[in-house]
Amino acid sequence: MFKPEELLATTIARLIREAPTRHIAVGAASPIPAAACWLCVKQGDPLRLSLLHKRTGNPFTEGSRELFDLTGQGRVDLFFLGGGEIDGQANLNLIGTGEWPGMAVRFPGSFGSAFMYYMAGRTILFREEHSPRVLVERVAHISAPGVSEPGVFRRGHAQALVTGRCVFRFHPERARFSLASVHPGESVESVRAMTGFAFDVEGEVPETPAPTEAELALLRGAVCDEMLETYPEFCARVFGRKAAA
Amino acid sequence: MTPISLEAMAASIPDGASLALPPDNSLPSVALAKALIRRGAKGLRLIGVPISGFATDILIGAGCVAEVETSAVTLGEAGFAPRFTAALKEGRIRIRDATCPAMHTMLQAAEKGVPFMPLRGLIGSDILAHRPDWKVVESPFGTGEKIALLPALQPDVAAFHAVMADSAGNVWVGRRRECATLAHASRRVLVTVERVVEGNFLEDERLCPGAISATYVEAVAIAERGAQPAALLDEYGFDTAHVLDYARAARTEAGFAEWCARHVFDGRAVAAE
Repeated sequence: MFKPEELLATTIARLIREAPTRHIAVGAASPIPAAACWLCVKQGDPLRLSLLHKRTGNPFTEGSRELFDLTGQGRVDLFFLGGGEIDGQANLNLIGTGEWPGMAVRFPGSFGSAFMYYMAGRTILFREEHSPRVLVERVAHISAPGVSEPGVFRRGHAQALVTGRCVFRFHPERARFSLASVHPGESVESVRAMTGFAFDVEGEVPETPAPTEAELALLRGAVCDEMLETYPEFCARVFGRKAAA
Repeated sequence: MTPISLEAMAASIPDGASLALPPDNSLPSVALAKALIRRGAKGLRLIGVPISGFATDILIGAGCVAEVETSAVTLGEAGFAPRFTAALKEGRIRIRDATCPAMHTMLQAAEKGVPFMPLRGLIGSDILAHRPDWKVVESPFGTGEKIALLPALQPDVAAFHAVMADSAGNVWVGRRRECATLAHASRRVLVTVERVVEGNFLEDERLCPGAISATYVEAVAIAERGAQPAALLDEYGFDTAHVLDYARAARTEAGFAEWCARHVFDGRAVAAE
């Protein structure tokens, strides 16, 4: 038995390993991506992990601008982003819906997305909620675009979009997603019914592999140990562990 | 250096000032935000460095704020900032949306005393489309690259909570060097601290890299546990339970008022409207 969060963490860990990855930065409010990165580290992958919100031992000694300076230079291979809305061209909306600046539903704001999405070597998009209100045909406002016009410097794009129902792969050359795998209990049809944008389906779509016993043991043990300080709520909810007072 | 009182510090920030505040992971002076609420501050234009957190939400809830320029307003694991969200919807505040490195870049331009600095990214984002003060140019170096130029941002006042000040008025922020950039960029710098210690950090090779010189600091006030419920380096952690409790209470105006009476006024007289 495993929790949905554990499946998502192991799925993201597999996407991390798909391409050479030396340095990953993890931003605000990203416990599942952080768990995926720690899982890779605990499995022995030689990668550097910079956690923006780590309180003790924070990797940035030149202030919070250092993350962006590093990424601007191309020293961050992988970053994670989400969105209140994500559309079929991988545009992200972290502003809100309705009239600018989000007069219907206001989201917290764009954070570093309008820079990081262009400058990181690649980005894994992650949003647990997979519904037509999140995965829309066209975002109400673009915090960060999925692709850029010629003449605009852009180092990387979305690699994939991981949701609570499936994994989409992104193809920047045609600015479209294709369905890479569906999580247990889902099908191409069920995913299509819950997705507001059109996507490509190429041949048989496999099921997302379940976490192995070894992966689960690491997540619940060594990975949780690393995450308790930064994500106490998440660790309590998913792993049933509380930080020492 | 003689510290001033927290209430005197709050009184020195005029209504309508632009006030730059770091977020919850970066030494916010929640104590000063509460003192501003007690003094009944109005019309503040808050600047998030580079995002905004708990202190911003309580200032908005108490009606102290006219505008926020920031890259996000969030309570972290406790979710959306409830008073910010409500005030925006009711039209009581304006927001000028940015993205984190843009806030840093604008402050760095002010720090260097230059009128603007370039920043990549941004083009194709609606943030840029809503910022007439940000310009896109073609690189003058002949590469054909289109790039955004952002104006220098010099806050009227910067406020943060440092671990300690010394006899000379230097303050110590450890690795949170964004507070140094902020201090260099701002017209006035007000710092609350846990304690004042004897000596001079600039004479100590181990402490000086985390110090901000008194050159930049106008005043220091002692406020023990002044960042709480936010964390302060390795001194104390983030009080998640307190912020979750706040997030629940502040869903409604009445709930926020009750929370304020308990945690901001603490039995003291309520400032006149």
